[in-house]
Amino acid sequence: MTEQTAPMRERITLTVNGTSVEGLVEPRQHLGDFLRQNLGLTGTHLGCEHGVCGACTVIVDGHPIRSCLMLAVQADGANVTTVEGMAKADGTLHPLQAAFRAHHGLQCGFCTPGMLTTLHAFLSANPNADESAIREAISGNLCRCTGYESIVDAALAAARIMQGGA
Amino acid sequence: MKPAPFAYHRPNTINDLVALVASCENAKLIAGGQSLVPMLNMRYVIPDHVIDLNRIESLNFIRENNGAIEIGAMTRQCEIEHDQLIARRAPILQDALRHVGHLQTRSRGTIGGSLCHLDPAAELPGIAALYDATLHIAGPRGTREVNIADWSLGYMTPALEPDEVLTHITFPLWKEPHGHAFLEIARRLGDFAIVGVGCLLALDRNGAIARAAISLVGVSTAPVRLSDTEAALIGQKPTESTFKAAAEHARTIECLEDAQISASYRQRLAGVLVARALKLASARAEITK
Amino acid sequence: MGARYFGASVPRIEDPGLLTGRGRYLDDIKLPGMAEAAFVRSVHAHARIKHIDVTVARNQPGIIAVLTAHDLGVAGKPMPQFAPSPLIKQQRTQHVLASEAVHYVGETIAIVVGDTRAAAEDAAALVEVDYDPLPAVTDLRTALDGDAPRAHEGAPDNHIATMRTKFGDTDQVFARAVHVFRETITQHRGGCHAMECRGVIAAEDEISGQLTVWSSTQAPYMVRRMLAPWLGLDESRVRVIAPQVGGGFGPKGPTYPEEFALAQTARLLKRPIKWVEDRREHFVATTQQRDQIWDVEVAADANGRMLGVRGRCLHDNGAYLPYGLILPGTTMASFPGPYALEALDITLDAAFTNLTPTTPVRGAGRPNVAFMLERLADRIARELKIDRADVRRRSFVRKDQFPYATGTKARDGSPIVFDSGDFHSCLESAVERFSDFRSRQEEARKEGRYLGLGIASYIEDTGLAPFEGATVKVQPNGKVLVLTGAAGQGQGHHTVFAQIAADLLGVPIEDVSVVSGDTGSFPHGIGTVGSRVAVLGGSSVHMAATRVREKALKLASEMLEAAEADLVIESGRVHVAGTDRSIGLADLALRLDGVAGLPLPRETEPGLGATAYFEGRALTFASGTNLAEVEVDVETGTVKILRYVVAHDCGRLINPMLVDGQIRGGVVHGIGNALFERMIYDDSGQPVTTNYGEYLLPTATEIPRIEIIHIETPSPLNPIGVKGAGEGGTIPAAACIISAIEDALTPFNVCIAEHPLSPERIADLIDGAKAT
Repeated sequence: MTEQTAPMRERITLTVNGTSVEGLVEPRQHLGDFLRQNLGLTGTHLGCEHGVCGACTVIVDGHPIRSCLMLAVQADGANVTTVEGMAKADGTLHPLQAAFRAHHGLQCGFCTPGMLTTLHAFLSANPNADESAIREAISGNLCRCTGYESIVDAALAAARIMQGGA
Repeated sequence: MKPAPFAYHRPNTINDLVALVASCENAKLIAGGQSLVPMLNMRYVIPDHVIDLNRIESLNFIRENNGAIEIGAMTRQCEIEHDQLIARRAPILQDALRHVGHLQTRSRGTIGGSLCHLDPAAELPGIAALYDATLHIAGPRGTREVNIADWSLGYMTPALEPDEVLTHITFPLWKEPHGHAFLEIARRLGDFAIVGVGCLLALDRNGAIARAAISLVGVSTAPVRLSDTEAALIGQKPTESTFKAAAEHARTIECLEDAQISASYRQRLAGVLVARALKLASARAEITK
Repeated sequence: MGARYFGASVPRIEDPGLLTGRGRYLDDIKLPGMAEAAFVRSVHAHARIKHIDVTVARNQPGIIAVLTAHDLGVAGKPMPQFAPSPLIKQQRTQHVLASEAVHYVGETIAIVVGDTRAAAEDAAALVEVDYDPLPAVTDLRTALDGDAPRAHEGAPDNHIATMRTKFGDTDQVFARAVHVFRETITQHRGGCHAMECRGVIAAEDEISGQLTVWSSTQAPYMVRRMLAPWLGLDESRVRVIAPQVGGGFGPKGPTYPEEFALAQTARLLKRPIKWVEDRREHFVATTQQRDQIWDVEVAADANGRMLGVRGRCLHDNGAYLPYGLILPGTTMASFPGPYALEALDITLDAAFTNLTPTTPVRGAGRPNVAFMLERLADRIARELKIDRADVRRRSFVRKDQFPYATGTKARDGSPIVFDSGDFHSCLESAVERFSDFRSRQEEARKEGRYLGLGIASYIEDTGLAPFEGATVKVQPNGKVLVLTGAAGQGQGHHTVFAQIAADLLGVPIEDVSVVSGDTGSFPHGIGTVGSRVAVLGGSSVHMAATRVREKALKLASEMLEAAEADLVIESGRVHVAGTDRSIGLADLALRLDGVAGLPLPRETEPGLGATAYFEGRALTFASGTNLAEVEVDVETGTVKILRYVVAHDCGRLINPMLVDGQIRGGVVHGIGNALFERMIYDDSGQPVTTNYGEYLLPTATEIPRIEIIHIETPSPLNPIGVKGAGEGGTIPAAACIISAIEDALTPFNVCIAEHPLSPERIADLIDGAKAT
């Protein structure tokens, strides 16, 4: 590699948790870093930065994606939901968040935002998912604390509530 | 773990893309980015230019045309996974996709990206091999076609010139009713296959095997079609001993070895999975015939 | 006291912030003017450093400094030894930055400080290190051979220390034993893989000279203890804060070179600096564990009762000794397991290799010893053709033997005593759930399916000395504040401390807040290691809250003119029972916080608060038995875990839901050790598995539900009757899974004395057994 010159930047506009935001980003900056550093949305966690751990999962245009594997500049025009966008404006927890607390679906909390966003997107599309489907849905999210069972229980409980139109 | 700096380009049409590719030195094309971005983050690749295919809408389609399924290179894995046409006409693609990464990577990952990245253990090139798929390529010299059998030039090296791009893939469908099976052994669900086997199998009116296709991934740098085994199966009854003979054959193919998996274990799995896939495909063929 | 919360599955007070993205982990902290650091790390397992050229790197845009050991003034000044021991023959701690030689891939060589992490990484790639590679020690089996290369140039050998634990007359016991079996057992290393990597921020306040270090650590007080003298500062000038920590599992216990380097660099550059370990660094720069090779014999009587164990353990400590002999020490402290042995004689030799240093990972040496002892127990059953559970039944310490002196000695020479337990009840309650297994196994085999049932029993020494402490204080608004040195990494300590305090002080749990892990807010602490916080921290909260309660009752009795015996505390008020007279805790707190001109009540210290330390004078022993049912596909070697049952005794349960979480997570870690996780190095010491595609952690699809049975035998050693629960899940899990696989493969007569086991290895074992 040769000496670097000042990096060029790209202007992007996107919607994050319902709010339109603008940013000036280096092309190499991934979406996870953009959310954390430029927008201060530090709920999205970076656990591996090579697309395996799932902690950085956010929802882009309805799909759960790994924000360490999408360049911020690629999110120009996108609609992004992060864990900060899940609870209601008045602070009422999303049924998944409430179920995670009731079922002890989190310990250290580091994988939790990725688990929540993944399950939020998945259960919205698959409200009748059973245990094995839920396990498959989160098979791309690593958790070192819980052994997964309490997360699965929380997801099953939340799915029932979400189906009930809550 | 941040990438080295690069310039970013976002063409909207295939023509613009081809022009850009021709004009950029040391460029990387980004499709879904699920393999490229980890390599960027780890600085395993340090391109000067990254050319983004995600805004070229004409590269994203699934359609049936002339007895074949055509899929645009930028069609996302999750779209193929849930497509009704694919479910009816080539369900094995969806069976295989269950093993391709995870929910989040299939949201971004594309079929073209998978075929161009050409990881030896990737499932989708194996399905392309199973169908004798054709890859359609665009470049400054016009368009051309490459058969999947000629696609791999070596380890993770597709038969693409530096100024060419993959635009879509054609999967010729079988006319005869048939059964299918995709089986894979990986360490965990979603991991790259140690060995994966795809199988299509048609039976004649007497219940004998009329047509068979078997392809393996994970065993070699490119998907392996068992043409000799397929030929030997024609006219055989789908019995355990027939499957066992096919498995014996599969066990002799030359396999890759790496730090974690030996060649002989891959051969073992190739044999086991070929027998099991044939059995499952023939059971499904029984129902369709 | 009304136990409204203690013993109940109370939802955690930690959760609301963590669920909404408002957790504040190290990388979430942003200070004004903060720069970011990256490290240049060794690419060789063993090499002399001939020259380091930083000139190109220094001139990159966005770069503030590129510093070597000489620039930082730390050359020739290795890190202090955390745990000195007279047994250590070669004292080798790492240099903060290596300047003369490197001894493992990943060792820190230079620190690069830039405006952003990306800029720092750009420049780090341009630092040129000229190495002279040396032969590396990478094979533990031969590390202590005379002709092995030396892990450290000029060393007489690679031998760190010999440790021995011994009781009874082994010669005599083995001489009269009906059966003696010998096994060679190996276990391979993995990592902790907390989902949050390590990270450090250091900042020195220009005006006060106060150095603040935020670190994603399990032991902020130990970081302060190590750092302050090394920097030449009074402890009062160094404040260490563990913010929200995203998992620890042991390796966030030691103090690392990066903590020293960041502190020194921040002082030198006079600006705050952050370094966050990335996952690739985690694979090489965070300590690992489990490489041991055992050569052991077991003596048994005619009925399969275990009488004695003797043998040798070869222990890989990696390239340095960052944590003294604590890790091999935990190995030795794990004997004799749950077994009433008549004699024991174990020698452990710890060796240097040119691999990443080792320190405890969840379970420390205990899973190693459990695996070894349980393999021996299964061996006895196999040889004698008796039920595996019977070997345990006949060899366990019996309920009527508690307190039971095992024969082993603690570090201070005192006898180690099992305080309480009921090993047989645990075993029977788990075994009961598989009463139909053997018939199902037989049926399955007729269909060519191979089911196996594994069993593993264990003990866990918990509540490690010396102490933890807490201040409990009622504030003038009536809310309760708990300050403690014991930091958490996700266990839910704040919740259990709040449960204890809320019950004693009669307040709703919502009115209790807990501050932990900040050396600036509580004077003394040790660290969250060895499953000790519920025991020591929990007991200290109990003691402090009890004193606050007494103080409140005494004052209320004066102010309400009622006998203390007639007072009850409820909903934040002290009531005179059977009357409508009461006074709020807030009023009492205000009275004791003092009002100008009004003297305090006589013989009362200010504040409605108290501080207490609970000293762990003796270990308290948790115990249990696990059973697992697996199916092995004998054609492919793949394993599916069908069912997993834990019967577990950690004394009284403060919060059963949280204990279950500890157990399940621990079991899954052990399953990872058994089947998935393998940190591979090549012959030259290059790590091969440095990403999550190559190093496999257990995922949701590969893991069964884990059923838990609680047996509660309260510990007599602390006021709340609890025992630690943090590692009990992990300790037996690998042993249990391997036992199950071996059982499934009984028709092939496969014997397994190792982990992890890949499908390929299982297939090879089957082939090997068929061939003989």
